[in-house]
Amino acid sequence: MVERAGVLTDRESPLAGVILGAPPDARGRFGPFGGRYVPETLVAALERLEAGARAALADPAFRAALETELHTWAGRPTPLTVAHRLGAAWGATVLLKREDLAHTGAHKINNAVGQALLARRLHARRVVAETGAGQHGVATAAACARLGLPCTVYMGAVDVERQAPNVERMARFGAEVLRVKSGDQTLRAAIDEALRDWVADPDGTYYLIGSVVGPHPYPWLVREFQSVIGREARAQVLADGGRLPDALVACVGGGSNAIGLFHAFLGDAEVELLGIEAGGSGPEPGRHAATLAHGTPGVLHGSHSLLLQDADGQVRETHSISAGLDYPGVGPEHALLHATGRARYATASDDEALDAAAECCELEGILPALESAHALAGARRWAAAHRGGTVLIGLSGRGDKDLATYAAADRERR
Amino acid sequence: MTGAERIEASLREGAVARGLALAAFLTAGHPARDAFSAQLDAVAAEVDLVEVGVPFSDPMADGVTIQRASRSALEAGVTLRWILDVLAAHPRAAPLALMSYLNPLLAFGLPRLAEEAAAAGVSGFIVPDLPYEECGPLRDALDAAGLALVQLVTPQTPAARLALLCGASRGFVYAVTATGTTGGATTFSDGVLRYLDRVRAASHLPVLAGFGVRTAGQLREVRGHADGAVVGSALVEVLERHDDPAAFLRGLRAAALVGGGAA
Ligand SMILES: Cc1ncc(COP(=O)(O)O)c(C=O)c1O
Repeated sequence: MVERAGVLTDRESPLAGVILGAPPDARGRFGPFGGRYVPETLVAALERLEAGARAALADPAFRAALETELHTWAGRPTPLTVAHRLGAAWGATVLLKREDLAHTGAHKINNAVGQALLARRLHARRVVAETGAGQHGVATAAACARLGLPCTVYMGAVDVERQAPNVERMARFGAEVLRVKSGDQTLRAAIDEALRDWVADPDGTYYLIGSVVGPHPYPWLVREFQSVIGREARAQVLADGGRLPDALVACVGGGSNAIGLFHAFLGDAEVELLGIEAGGSGPEPGRHAATLAHGTPGVLHGSHSLLLQDADGQVRETHSISAGLDYPGVGPEHALLHATGRARYATASDDEALDAAAECCELEGILPALESAHALAGARRWAAAHRGGTVLIGLSGRGDKDLATYAAADRERR
Repeated sequence: MTGAERIEASLREGAVARGLALAAFLTAGHPARDAFSAQLDAVAAEVDLVEVGVPFSDPMADGVTIQRASRSALEAGVTLRWILDVLAAHPRAAPLALMSYLNPLLAFGLPRLAEEAAAAGVSGFIVPDLPYEECGPLRDALDAAGLALVQLVTPQTPAARLALLCGASRGFVYAVTATGTTGGATTFSDGVLRYLDRVRAASHLPVLAGFGVRTAGQLREVRGHADGAVVGSALVEVLERHDDPAAFLRGLRAAALVGGGAA
């Protein structure tokens, strides 16, 4: 079913070797993807951000401060759990990288802490962020509270409804949560509004984006902060069993937890990388958010990548039961990994995600986020095709925020 | 004359005749698709340049008025193809520039776009989410057809970059006056006027001030600091109220400019 290795051995791919060149390049390109498509007002701000980020990441004092925050406040390292009963049910060895156990309940905190420290270092007066599932909003609100930075979070009106517990948490951390009623009223519209806010005050405001999307340097910067997931996981799996897993599986919205998990393994050609997008309620336009499966090249939110769009270049509305995956774009590095074949992408439907979440609850005593449930569903399918294999799943977040959706789906499906 | 030269000549003429050239922006097909061609005729008769807005699903540089206009035009089925067909039907009194986000242009296909836009009578393009560093492919395609790719500069643009952008622009230089999205009401601070002076000193092309220009008072302030001004959201709101756009533009001109009569 799966051809191994992709870019690392495939001489015929015109993009072969691009990944080994450690993208992005100086223009923020991951092969043909990425770049910086923003109003002129933001160009100088992005240049300052890039220079500031490079200096910070090269500064041992900044790295030490980040380490301290991650270890003493955010709960890192997160454990690697052997999922014995899931493994028995699937006929595979199943490992869970437990980002649900990170502070505030998802991998989003890794990036939020890093960028909030950067915002303070760059003397930002305030922070703005967008959020879909609310996890990035909660993580940003928490990090800003800890550092004493004023924080405003844009959230689509649809998501405010379906992720209500996270709205309450953001407010408790002192963030101002603004409901976005424009556009499709989900994550994409929230990013539009956050960008508009930033355009109005590019000097004083720090835009703390929540995934590996947006204009350069964000896809690189967010990857740098999230790749701690894969570095830890790789060391943990080697320490535990002495052998790399056969496959990594992670869900892909914008793609930050997936890149974070994959990155340390890119050079391990024998490890298959599998991203799972939201298959929603079907493959027809508007019923899913599977950008790599159904998208075409285009520019949205400052970056050239794959995009769900119509023939006139208008961005399509998307659907997913999971607010965090309900996005018509995808990070440019995923577009590159997809084009080169180094990573493979598949979808899981709303129903498959619900089933996988239920199974994980029953067999492992872990309530996964709806987003992470897509990774579980994809991993289960992988295991069925690779009996006896070892799969490491990025369990990107916990599902407390989704209890209402799980309960409603149970009632509906009964 | 190429499209780029046509824009430049028209703006210079307007600036000489009235002390300040006037450009108008309207979103194609809003508030009514069927009324667009006639509205465009009426607006073009009053100004030195018309910017025709191509609607986009994610207009990140626009304020609420143009967001609303964009969404309503898309709901009415307005596409770039349709706009070019309307423009091609007959020539207008003023040169036309298309104002579009990049993605609808990419979807159309850049080489074909330049050719068909030129054939439809378009003189240039303004692309708010396409900074200079990324503009090569579009600029090359438009250059080949003699069409202008207008560069935007802002109060944040550093001096060296300002020189670069002014040198690279065609037709005119778009000086964004307000930081922020389109449509905000402002009076201009001394800082903004000094910024316009800097842009003018850096540019061999006419300089138009835009984003947040709504009133005759603002036009008077800008005179002497820019070659012209762009009125956008305010005109869109006039059209939404079903007021007469020509009367609105004439009124602005009469209040603000020398020789408020003929265009
Ligand atoms: C738990 C969780 N996982 C995954 C995602 C999807 O984002 P990304 O693809 O950037 O990891 C989200 C986004 O809100 C999330 O909350």
